[in-house]
Amino acid sequence: MRPVWKENPAPAYQAIKALVLGGFALVIVIPILVVISTSLASDKDIIDAGGYVLWPSHPTFKAYQTLFSGGLMGRAILVSVFVTLVGTAIALAVTIALAYATSRPVLFGRPVLLMVLFTLLFAPGIIPMFLVVKQLGLLDSLWSLILPGALGAFNFVVLRTFFMNVPGELLESARIDGASDFMILRKIVMPLSKAVIAVVGLFYAVGFWNAFFNALLYLNDTSKWPVQVILRTYVLQGKSLSADQLGVHPPPQPQSLQMAVVVVALVPIAMVYPFLQRHFTKGVITGAVKG
Amino acid sequence: MLKSTKPVKTGLPLAAKWRRDWQMVLLMIPGVVFLLVFFYLPVLGNVVAFQDFQPYLGIMHSEWNGLQNFVNLYDNPDFWDALRNTLLLAAVQLLLFFPVPIGLALIVDSLVSNRLRRWFQTIAYLPHFLSWVLVVTLFQQSLGGAGFVNNLLRHAGLDPIPFMTNPDTFPLLVVAQLVWKDAGWAMIIFLAALTTVDVSLYEAAAADGAGRWRRLWHITLPSLRTVIVLLLILRIGDILSVGFEQFILQRDSVGPGAAEVLDTFTYYAGVVGGDWSSGAAAGLAKGVVGALLLWGANSLAHRLGEPGIFQRRGA
Repeated sequence: MRPVWKENPAPAYQAIKALVLGGFALVIVIPILVVISTSLASDKDIIDAGGYVLWPSHPTFKAYQTLFSGGLMGRAILVSVFVTLVGTAIALAVTIALAYATSRPVLFGRPVLLMVLFTLLFAPGIIPMFLVVKQLGLLDSLWSLILPGALGAFNFVVLRTFFMNVPGELLESARIDGASDFMILRKIVMPLSKAVIAVVGLFYAVGFWNAFFNALLYLNDTSKWPVQVILRTYVLQGKSLSADQLGVHPPPQPQSLQMAVVVVALVPIAMVYPFLQRHFTKGVITGAVKG
Repeated sequence: MLKSTKPVKTGLPLAAKWRRDWQMVLLMIPGVVFLLVFFYLPVLGNVVAFQDFQPYLGIMHSEWNGLQNFVNLYDNPDFWDALRNTLLLAAVQLLLFFPVPIGLALIVDSLVSNRLRRWFQTIAYLPHFLSWVLVVTLFQQSLGGAGFVNNLLRHAGLDPIPFMTNPDTFPLLVVAQLVWKDAGWAMIIFLAALTTVDVSLYEAAAADGAGRWRRLWHITLPSLRTVIVLLLILRIGDILSVGFEQFILQRDSVGPGAAEVLDTFTYYAGVVGGDWSSGAAAGLAKGVVGALLLWGANSLAHRLGEPGIFQRRGA
């Protein structure tokens, strides 16, 4: 029902709103659509259109078959998937444990909390980070992509704020029934926080999937490159992939192949995110405002 | 910033507390180890900014040279270029990016149809989750020399426009990318703030004959003020980090003259150029100035009677 103060907007205002929001949405959607269409286009479509295809007349998955058939690209996809899955699992475990422990008035809770919050203020800097990673022997190891990203202060704050709102009586009664803290976290707190954990998990997963700079910094070995670095090297900088690197002879039209790389970098995120979208607001608000 | 969870003064001796809390302490350990190794150790590692750091000698054996690295930076025109670019880009971002999500939120909030609103939000949030590599690639494929916009221009018999490679318009390109990627996402927080406005205020104002614009000016905007100030403070604390990946990715195509910022300077001087100490000095200077700016902006906000991010004790 329309409240009193929301009278029907004048047509002029409606038109302006439609123009602004519609324009914004189109500018977001069109490049993505063009890229997807071009990745699905046949060689003939691309040559006819002179590069980009708005709607492929003979859609083909040839470019994707090439990507997934192995070679440098195939490996990069595996690397990214591995880093994302393992990284998210580790990061969630570390963050949940720390956020839960500091969400209650416990021994050492306060100094540890301050330790985390200080990281929000100051960044250690690229060079010292690099030196530490190097000193630990993590250069050219996939752990260099995973471990430095295993605790995000923002995600910590989101989880901790949520855990603090779990009623203390609930935990107290479980404790009286003889449950350990580990048990309480696993059986009571985590099931109650599923939605927030899912959102924080998404934030972490996106971070790991998108990791580009760390890979550039820490990995020289091309066989360990994740998708984002491949995307930069072979699409953005336009270096061409040899048939050997692709593992396929003859290679398909470079345009559709490049666009397929773009789509591979994009699709996993576009797939998960609609399911979690309705929980975003809560996560962002607890993290940003209350934090 | 966080509501303090003051430990209840139970008067328990340490041993008893330990017996009660040891599992919780155990849960903290992985996170604390992580913080020590990947935050506090690198923070200490900043001492290389005060050394003539030689990688084969290591931190322990490299020679100390006091503030020499900072003096070198001071004399280095490239550093000043990077600083100037950083400040310029930050100013452009602040002026041209910051108001966009507020405007979008106001429009979305005024939509009557919930379906439209949800559709728009779904589309507008999406780019936030794409990597910078992907965003820059999408821009290049759209606006680059061989991109589809220039393809269309050529088909129409017009000259292509060098959107992606012109150093003079680079700040605008950077803001356009930022708006594309994050304006929709940044809108969330304003939308949330708008839902907390007491609707009876609108009712009362409407009953008193306040029109659309008066209600916007006297009710909607004041209720966003706290959030706007908060985000401005955070932005100011972050002003020297204008967007590292975005610049690294485009430095080649527009040239360092326009795209070198403090972060890329640190990377190219230190990691690529091997001048570790200058790089670390630039990075440290940036970190310290950033923290000071954040603190300064926050105390200014307090003085203006806004809550800011860090609640003052007792406030």
